[in-house]
Amino acid sequence: MQNWLRSATSRRGLLRLGGLSFVAGALGAARAQGVVKDPQGSASTYPTPIQVHADHGGMITVGQVDSSRNGFEPSKVLSDWDQGVASPWAGGRTLREFVITAEDKEIEIAPGIMFPAWTYSGRVPGPTLRVTEGDRVRIIFSNAGSHIHTMHFHGIHSARMDGVPGAGEVRPGENFVYEFDAFPFGCHLYHCHSAPLKRHIHKGLYGAFIVDPDPARHPEQSELAATRLLGTPQNAHWQEFVMVMNSFDTNFDEENEVYAVNTVAHAYTHRPIPIERERPARIYLVNVTEFDPINSFHLHANFFDYYDTGTSLSPTLKTVDTVMLCQAQRGIIEFTYNDHEPGLYMFHAHQSEFAELGWMGFFDVRDAVA
Amino acid sequence: MSRAIVQIAGPFAALFLLIAAFFAYEPLRKPFGGEPPPMEELTVERTVLDESGIALQVRAGGTGSVSIAQIQVDGAYWRFAQDPPGALPRLSVAWISIPYPWVEGETHKILFVTRTGITFEHEIEVAWPTPRVDTQSFGRLTLAGLFLGVLPIALGMLFYPALKSGGSIAFQFALALTLGLLAFLLVDTLSNALEIAEKAAPGLKSGLLVWIVAALSSLLLWGLAHWRGEGFTSLGLAASIAFAIGVHNLGEGLAVGSAFATGAAALGGFLLLGFTVHNVTEGIGIVAPLLKRKPSLLVLAGLVCLAGLPAVLGLWLGAFAFTNHWAALALALGAGAILQVTIEIGLLLRQQIGPKSQSRDYPVILGGLIVGVAIMYLTGLLVEI
Repeated sequence: MQNWLRSATSRRGLLRLGGLSFVAGALGAARAQGVVKDPQGSASTYPTPIQVHADHGGMITVGQVDSSRNGFEPSKVLSDWDQGVASPWAGGRTLREFVITAEDKEIEIAPGIMFPAWTYSGRVPGPTLRVTEGDRVRIIFSNAGSHIHTMHFHGIHSARMDGVPGAGEVRPGENFVYEFDAFPFGCHLYHCHSAPLKRHIHKGLYGAFIVDPDPARHPEQSELAATRLLGTPQNAHWQEFVMVMNSFDTNFDEENEVYAVNTVAHAYTHRPIPIERERPARIYLVNVTEFDPINSFHLHANFFDYYDTGTSLSPTLKTVDTVMLCQAQRGIIEFTYNDHEPGLYMFHAHQSEFAELGWMGFFDVRDAVA
Repeated sequence: MSRAIVQIAGPFAALFLLIAAFFAYEPLRKPFGGEPPPMEELTVERTVLDESGIALQVRAGGTGSVSIAQIQVDGAYWRFAQDPPGALPRLSVAWISIPYPWVEGETHKILFVTRTGITFEHEIEVAWPTPRVDTQSFGRLTLAGLFLGVLPIALGMLFYPALKSGGSIAFQFALALTLGLLAFLLVDTLSNALEIAEKAAPGLKSGLLVWIVAALSSLLLWGLAHWRGEGFTSLGLAASIAFAIGVHNLGEGLAVGSAFATGAAALGGFLLLGFTVHNVTEGIGIVAPLLKRKPSLLVLAGLVCLAGLPAVLGLWLGAFAFTNHWAALALALGAGAILQVTIEIGLLLRQQIGPKSQSRDYPVILGGLIVGVAIMYLTGLLVEI
């Protein structure tokens, strides 16, 4: 009889034709209904104007992530550049020293979902390291975690400084100093290169490594280079954000349960990123998604210029609204909402699956605050 | 007396002290290196689909409590409400309601993501509106129950005059046929009970409970029947068979009602008539012990109700309040009752043959057995589809 129950489902269409079928309706008894609360019991508190958008027809994570426990705030991660400690270096150059510690830490990647992460300096993604083309970079890396780790930089450096098994791999409780010159300029990344590689990366050991162009080295495009160089007046006019597209396999079945930019699912849906519409915007976009070969970025109601790997001062793609990035691919996105009316403009991966599992957000385009 | 109390309370006190001491000192904590993460378990016990979305009753299991952090429906995080909210203690239940625009006739997958990132998947094979609790639904389920339980048994009893005129050979044949029928039902009921128990929350250990309940109910019924040392009268035996078949029909009704309610099948005329044909043999089985008596119509009607009406109750419960562990228990109870009457019929049959069996007895009995099982199997194909 049970066999009948099972096989009947495959013939449902046929069976439905016969006999007495039921009326659609509600079974009211013993049902939880009404106000939507998060499962921990506290009522959701989203800013009212966002409510309609953020609700997204119900397609959203429920509740809030405790950023103070995580130790990093998604809205701050967007632009908290770490320039290290600067000091003079030979030939008029600058030495930038960074201290990074690998540590095990449980982080909340979506409301209520805890992930046993491996982190650089207690955050995922790790600190956004930002230097200038030609700087001497020194990374003092110590491993306070439970497994062996490295820091492997995408950049130009010697074999000894590569941060792979056999060159700069650091056992728990030990340390290593990576040192190299910052070349080429662009939007890069660093990540752990210990084996097994997939696990060391998807557990959270990665971060953005941005090398700003030095205008003096690009006399013909020095104005363009200056807009990219942190600290110049030209750069101050821009609104810059780093977005590390990442994902989490919470049950370790080699498929991701959560997708995001900068770790927390739907973080910028719950709290849209404010943009002054008169000023241009620039995104340093890095893809460190594991298990899925590609990720993407799509901007709503607008088009942008794209600089693949950020290693050129003229765009590699002009006037596009979607770019596709393979694992470890990255680039710079430049756009403006100057001609748009204020409002919420969405951005997300255009793999609908990723978007619906957390990788989406809004720009809150506003007039400049007086 | 007080000595007896000390003798009984002593071991309990010792056990209590041992547990208290163990928790106070935790001697195994160090060698095994702290606590591993808790094992979690989550089982969906009921599904309700209506215009406000999907509602699921879930039961927690495993070694600790389970906190549902997020829920994906068809690979998208979806807003949901949990009642009661918070972490679910072991074996407790909660209702989850998700305002999801489900699509009639299609499959939906629900993925619970717990606090630790563990996931539990639940598939709604065919989304179909859950029937409303109203007089119309009750009426239709009742009618279906009559077709499934009452009607076939009444029809089976119409063979009574024919069997009665056949003399002692017909009597032996009918008893053997009943034995075959009951053997079939025993295996069928027990395997269904175990199959349903598999789908119940693992923490309840329903599979084990099926065996225990089947064995105990069988023994209990045996004890009740032989309380006064005489065993059954022929009417008592008929009533026992009717009762056993009734409990079996209750389980059958539960499973069928739940299949209808969850959209796994529609209450099609063809299906119901299939069940009617399948269950006709049950009517023959019930009246077989009465062939040497003259039961009144009232008695026969009573037997029909005893065996058939539980199917109606089963359909109601199955459609409106189905949970796997209760269905498994009902079927286990049925299996126990069937086991008991199977033995009774076997004994009666041996008594019929007597000490000096004749050569014609065995073909008749073997024939009856084979025909009984074969009829059940072949008519079972009608409802197997």
